[in-house]
Amino acid sequence: MAVGLTLIFGVMRVVNFAHGDMMVWGMYLAWVLSTRFGLDPYFGFVICAGVLFLVGVAVQRGLVDRILDAPHEMQILLMLGVALVLENSALMVFGPEPRRVRGVLRLSTIDVGPFIVDLARLVTFVVAVVLSVLLWAFLFKSDLGRTIRAAADNGYGALVIGTNVRRVYAVAFGIGAACVGAAGALVAPFLPFSPSAGLPASVTSFNIVIIGGMGSLPGAFFGGLLVSVAESLGAVFLRPSLKEVVSFSLLIVILLFRPAGLFGKRLS
Amino acid sequence: MATLLRVDGLEAGYGDLVAVRAVSLELAAGELVALIGSNGAGKTTTLRAITGLLRPRRGAVELDGERIDGLASSAIVARGIAHVPEGRQLFPTMTVLENLELGARSPESRRRRGETLEDVFRLFPHLAERQHQLAGTLSGGEQQMTAIGRALMARPRLLLLDEPSLGLAPVVVTSIFENLARINAAGVTVLLVEQNVLRALRLSHRAYVLENGSITLAGPSARLLADEDIRRAYLGR
Repeated sequence: MAVGLTLIFGVMRVVNFAHGDMMVWGMYLAWVLSTRFGLDPYFGFVICAGVLFLVGVAVQRGLVDRILDAPHEMQILLMLGVALVLENSALMVFGPEPRRVRGVLRLSTIDVGPFIVDLARLVTFVVAVVLSVLLWAFLFKSDLGRTIRAAADNGYGALVIGTNVRRVYAVAFGIGAACVGAAGALVAPFLPFSPSAGLPASVTSFNIVIIGGMGSLPGAFFGGLLVSVAESLGAVFLRPSLKEVVSFSLLIVILLFRPAGLFGKRLS
Repeated sequence: MATLLRVDGLEAGYGDLVAVRAVSLELAAGELVALIGSNGAGKTTTLRAITGLLRPRRGAVELDGERIDGLASSAIVARGIAHVPEGRQLFPTMTVLENLELGARSPESRRRRGETLEDVFRLFPHLAERQHQLAGTLSGGEQQMTAIGRALMARPRLLLLDEPSLGLAPVVVTSIFENLARINAAGVTVLLVEQNVLRALRLSHRAYVLENGSITLAGPSARLLADEDIRRAYLGR
């Protein structure tokens, strides 16, 4: 999820405030696929990613494209608007009750030495790593991926060499949204969700992205690991309701010593 | 010789500012033409309007007799105009090789990417040695070579260069200008924008002088080099 946010910010310098709500839609989509069509989220996430890719392209083409040159506060207003629309349309369609997707791996665990590992979480983790590696390969090895990196590196330079920057932005936003759609489907089996889950999810992923360094893909990945470990430890040693205190304290400490984040470079 | 580029009555600017008014110029295929003038005369704006990075307000730009003004820059590049912009505008966190390969965008240039890359490395052997280095870590001269190489990767008919000598040591400028002559000799038409008037006039066949957004003088470079006003205004003697 944080990887998707980083991609969108890195390429377009647009902060996607609707990121969490896009994830919630990914979760509901996984839920519909699972309850109506009996498709397990571990397969359904591909469809969720595909649908969210289209949503991302539509949001970019229809909305973000018009305000890329506008001041940053316009982008914030716009993306908050998109977030509100997504959250409330989820509320209208699915109602306020928390839902949960029953995956095939529910309650299955494996013992690794003294530890009991929840299989659902393990599979989610592995799939997330595989997806991150695939995304990395796409960005570094394919022509389109390289063009996306070029546009992120120097948007004007990309325009000069004749890149259709609008198309590149649409693809990048779509892939960013697809990442979060897949993420939503993959965590749906162990995270109950309701339409209001979007904002906290957005905030958490911002935390991850800022800790990792804005615009850095490895930063997003390791930031995600760091934040989730910090929150789990906080939940065990303090109390579960205080876990955010730990992750946001971590944010403050890291910003004190590395203002650009762990992997970030200073923006000129 | 056939006219490759015709600019007629071009006007362009930013907001309320009109940077270029009624600029007209022509390039025949195979020519190397300089566009000279002082800082702020509108040289960069003229180039940007030709390549579609800035939408012209008035006037026409024709490539091979076809109107290209108003087209998106990606469409203009696809028709065979490559632009080496002011400040080079490389991709600093990508390697030299990636920067060069990104220059090949059209299907035709992509197909012949390996072949063009060899040509570019023959022209700039230095870049071959540095191909796996990040572009941001190169010296200014190497960055300029990379920017020119990236433009050549598009296999352009017309190459536009914006101040390729800016900020470079004289010996590096000499080498780059020699390469421009070689690129031109290989059949690429060149429009060179320069503040280094003496070098630009020595290299080019013809030149236009741009002052306050309009062309004030045009002619064979050898004649401009001998012109009293030019000598006084730009060459300081």
